[in-house]
Amino acid sequence: MLMTILEQGLIYGILALGLLITYRILDFPDLTVDSSFPLGAAVSAILTVNGVNPALTLLAAIAAGAVAGLITGFIHVKCKVRDLLSGIITMTGLYSVNLRIAGKANVPLFAYDTLFKNDFTKALPAWIAPYATLALILIIALAAKLLLDLFLKTKAGYLLRAAGDNASVVTTLARDQGGVKIIGLMIANALVSLAGAVLCQQQRFFDISMGTGTMVIGLASVIIGTNLFRRTSLIKSTTAVLAGSILYKACVSIALSLGLESQDMKLVTAALFLLILVAGSVRRKKVRVHA
Amino acid sequence: MLEVQHITKIYNPGTVHETCLFRDFTLQIAQGSFVSVVGSNGSGKTSLLNILCGSIPVESGSILMDGADITKVKEFRRYRRMGRVYQNPAMGTCPTMTILENLSMADNKGRPFNLGFGTNKRRIQAYKDMLAPLGLGLEDKLGIPVGSLSGGQRQALALLMATMTPIDFLILDEHTAALDPKTAEIIMELTAKIVQEKHLTTLMVTHNLRHALTYGDRLLMLHEGQVVLDRQGEEKRATQLDDILGLFNAISIECGN
Repeated sequence: MLMTILEQGLIYGILALGLLITYRILDFPDLTVDSSFPLGAAVSAILTVNGVNPALTLLAAIAAGAVAGLITGFIHVKCKVRDLLSGIITMTGLYSVNLRIAGKANVPLFAYDTLFKNDFTKALPAWIAPYATLALILIIALAAKLLLDLFLKTKAGYLLRAAGDNASVVTTLARDQGGVKIIGLMIANALVSLAGAVLCQQQRFFDISMGTGTMVIGLASVIIGTNLFRRTSLIKSTTAVLAGSILYKACVSIALSLGLESQDMKLVTAALFLLILVAGSVRRKKVRVHA
Repeated sequence: MLEVQHITKIYNPGTVHETCLFRDFTLQIAQGSFVSVVGSNGSGKTSLLNILCGSIPVESGSILMDGADITKVKEFRRYRRMGRVYQNPAMGTCPTMTILENLSMADNKGRPFNLGFGTNKRRIQAYKDMLAPLGLGLEDKLGIPVGSLSGGQRQALALLMATMTPIDFLILDEHTAALDPKTAEIIMELTAKIVQEKHLTTLMVTHNLRHALTYGDRLLMLHEGQVVLDRQGEEKRATQLDDILGLFNAISIECGN
């Protein structure tokens, strides 16, 4: 069970890194993720079926996610639609696009080589083999985290943080804040789509419904991570979010092991999320009373 | 030179709340001048700044920057040659970013915001030299988030950030109004020093009549979208606080404040 928690936690951790950008940095409630997550999975699945190297399908998924973010950003910035609605529009439209890409609602990959099950992993010695999947996921998640850390230290990264922090500063720096928002949404959805692709490779199937609740899972991870580690400035928010995602998966897993069925999964997800939100606001109140 | 020519500005057009603020309003701000603008609430001071910066559109007329028509130019593009400091100290800085990060961003204005490192370590000493004369102790706090600074410290930082890179125009929107009197003096001194050193064409809106008299070489009083007082040079230097206070009271009583 621990292996599953770590594997799933890290995969959804990549998703949470994306949400860290939209929710925490840009303060943009982006619902696109519910569709850009399965978009990555659909792209990865269909390319794998067509014989493309699974690693390359991840890159294609990243590109597809970036396009999804671009569309939401364009709707919001250029068509001046409210942030929440822009995400909902893209999310709804992408559902059909995802079905078009995959061709059907469910694409199994059991008969194909995937990122985690191929000639190379089969040749690994028996004592390593069970950990190979986790190790590879860890590498991908850490690479995503480190690249994001690096990006946030660049000039473009500074501007992205400024756009969420105080957009008027971006304007007085003679930069278009709309453009900065679009770039942020592209990076965020690229990460979300990558997470979807990795999950698809790991579970070896694509399912159109796998996106439902993605936003809640990702946001819960972001909130757990940033709330738990907010006092320790040594831990970066990107690390905190990965840890938050693993913790969240552990909580869900514990809840399910207490006798709940797998069809209760989404209910558990939602209830846990509510619990986290309430707990977070209670703690904030306490801090205020003591201050 | 900054100019507004024959501008008309109507708020809430087409509704019962329709109010015409500027009607055929024209104003020229000469190269290198430091203009103080006073006036009661609703006189159009801040609207004038917003129109110059492109934050709000005008119904008709044109805005010119060094003779070039910028009426249709987007707000963010106008800031290439302009700096702006707002009344609210929180508006000019990014609270969760550190002083160093804020200064680094401002330092990069006019250059591409690409994938190069955000902070140039070789510039840190220059930033410290810039902060030290303020006497606010900011030079030792480069690594702390701006959100934990006081209003005066943030405003000083905002002023430095707005004027760090070569600009031609400085727009000050009641930038000392939210500060305590002592800090307001520090910020005004700093403003005057920067304006003089960088030869900036400056437009300063203020509610402090004494600041308006002491600083700058031209004084404007606005009332209901019209210039009711315009003094410059020798004439301005000869103006006493009582003179403008009298006029200010007269127009304020007239509109019931």
